[in-house]
Amino acid sequence: MAGPKLKPEELASKIKYNLPPNGWMDQPVEFREGTFNYSGNPKNVEYLQLPNPRKWQPTDPDWQLPENWKEIILEGLRDRLHRFRSLQIFMDICVRCGACADKCHFFIGSGDPKNMPVMRAELLRAVYRKDFTLAGKIFGKYAGARELTLDVVKEWFYYFYQCTQCRRCSVFCPYGIDTAEITLLVRELLSLIGVNIDWIVTPVANSFRTGNHLGIQPHGFKDSIDFAVDELESITGVKVEAPINKKGAEILFITPSADYFGSPHYYTLLGYLALFHEIGLDYTWSTYASEGGNFGSFLSHDMMKSLNAKMYAEARRLGVKWILGGECGHMWRVVHQYMNTLNGPADFLEEPVSPVTGTKFGNARSTKMVHICEFTADLIKNGKIKLDKSRNDNRRVTFHDSCNPARALGLIEEPRFIIRNACNNFFEMPENTIKEQTFCCGSGAGLGTDENLEMRMRGGLPRANAVKFVKEKHGVNFLGCICAIDKATLPPLMEYWVGGVDVGGVHELVGNALIMKGEKERTTDLRGDPLHIEGNRHV
Amino acid sequence: MVYSVKASLQEILLRKKTSIVDKWVQRFLSYYPSESMKFLSSQKDRFANPVGYTISSSAGAIFDELVGDGDFLVTELLLKDVVRIRAVQEFLPSQAIRFVFDLKEIMRSEIEKEAREKGWRDEFSEVESRIDGLALIAFDSYMESREKLFKIRIDEVKARSFQTIVASGAGINNREKRNGD
Repeated sequence: MAGPKLKPEELASKIKYNLPPNGWMDQPVEFREGTFNYSGNPKNVEYLQLPNPRKWQPTDPDWQLPENWKEIILEGLRDRLHRFRSLQIFMDICVRCGACADKCHFFIGSGDPKNMPVMRAELLRAVYRKDFTLAGKIFGKYAGARELTLDVVKEWFYYFYQCTQCRRCSVFCPYGIDTAEITLLVRELLSLIGVNIDWIVTPVANSFRTGNHLGIQPHGFKDSIDFAVDELESITGVKVEAPINKKGAEILFITPSADYFGSPHYYTLLGYLALFHEIGLDYTWSTYASEGGNFGSFLSHDMMKSLNAKMYAEARRLGVKWILGGECGHMWRVVHQYMNTLNGPADFLEEPVSPVTGTKFGNARSTKMVHICEFTADLIKNGKIKLDKSRNDNRRVTFHDSCNPARALGLIEEPRFIIRNACNNFFEMPENTIKEQTFCCGSGAGLGTDENLEMRMRGGLPRANAVKFVKEKHGVNFLGCICAIDKATLPPLMEYWVGGVDVGGVHELVGNALIMKGEKERTTDLRGDPLHIEGNRHV
Repeated sequence: MVYSVKASLQEILLRKKTSIVDKWVQRFLSYYPSESMKFLSSQKDRFANPVGYTISSSAGAIFDELVGDGDFLVTELLLKDVVRIRAVQEFLPSQAIRFVFDLKEIMRSEIEKEAREKGWRDEFSEVESRIDGLALIAFDSYMESREKLFKIRIDEVKARSFQTIVASGAGINNREKRNGD
């Protein structure tokens, strides 16, 4: 940022109050550190057999694209318009009513009009009009058509990697246009010419290679689970079993890998382990399906399909009856909205029935996969577990609806029901920031990198703003959520905008409150923090 | 040195408060692209529009302290909230805090007539000195925000390096890291 020294009046004169001289089509993107993601590591691009592996960065003047890059993209678009009726409809049906315009967290936090969902989609639509509609071919710019140029490719890269595929805009669209699908398809098109980001390509490659996005090998996985078992014993005095790759178990449990390697995710893992032990669940972990997160869904429908298939292949190999899924975000969108046509129906599994309560999860009849919040809420409702709410009295809790469970799965009441049964102090954030209207963490869909931090802070502002409100009003000090990306990226968001608010999973709260048979007197919560700190109480 | 504002000037500034504050907020929002400015200034819901709400709900209180004689106790907190937003948006540092200096020009033009009639010169320079004081607070807040951002980034890189080592099978105990959080 160091430039020539300017006098105050010269500096002041640089500020423009007027409309830019050019329309939106003629304002090329400027890549500024802190606001974009680094490119895909060529080693992993190659591993995934994606086109054009090479070393490059978005700030390079030459992106080293294949000579016929334009032809590749237009052909790719033609192919997808033909294959996906939804895309064709999304291109044609938008009437620019503006209902979505001010609903995107990136727009709200940045004030950049190209972050209005209608405008983001327009970046693709304008190219679509130019090459695929008669009016666009004849009237060009006058019909809102735009030539596909290198500047357009750069703009696509910038703005379609500023969408977290959270689908808040879609809630407000009268036509139900799914901007997340538009984002996914543009990312697919970019990938055809070798334009990818590393925080997607490398996790996808790792997931293929070792089963999880961090590239943890089976022995590392086992070490981690074993360690958690020991730690839980030191806190509760109860030694639990954590079977791994156990053939013939009734249930396969799949959760994000961050649960056993990240913090604060890990405390949720302790909660799962305690719960499964207490109800005597016949279940197994898997070293192969050791990742719920489907990073493929950030890159292309093919990758999404492959990674989703892995979970079901493992269920088949282990011979389980059904799958229980942990606190994950987009895994649930893939399972609930795409799995059935990608890889399903999973007829080789059984319709899920809780072995403890006998409840049939008819909603999962096709996917055979149940969300742990549905499962635990059912246990509580049927009085099958005992919870001591006071063990969470050092927490004043609010709940962030993680985008995909809320909007894609419709999981709204179950986590709240659990929290109310596990905690004495629960406070909702304002209605237009939760449930179906929840504000994204600002770091999903592959955007949660350190190099993109400034952009993440912009995108996360609306969420943080609502947390700050309940912190000031009710003394909230704990932000619950049910998504691994949330758990990784909400803590820095809180640190920047709010301060003094911890982030954790719903099953961490369950683990704290759960009264286990044979347990010793608890003096700390699962984090090792003392219970009942007077100073933490709100007065 | 703490400057104070002379009573007669103070009175007229307070009388024109609504107009000055409105113009100041509009100027603040005018640094955003015009398509966004409409939303930022018209959406009054504090959760739907945190940027617009933060500046419009803070500007009046900042103004009151500015024209008063006291310290900038409330202002410091409010200005921090405003600058924290600007510090991560698409602005150069000079652009991010320029809105503080805008207040000089806006105030001057609002009270130009009275100032000329009454021959105020020194009086107004006292107000301007207080605005410079605001600018210093804004500068500190800007740096504080940026430094926090850098710290968060370093922490993320450290955490990721740790995960890479563990993922490689080096067998480092998780507890060490977690306890070090």
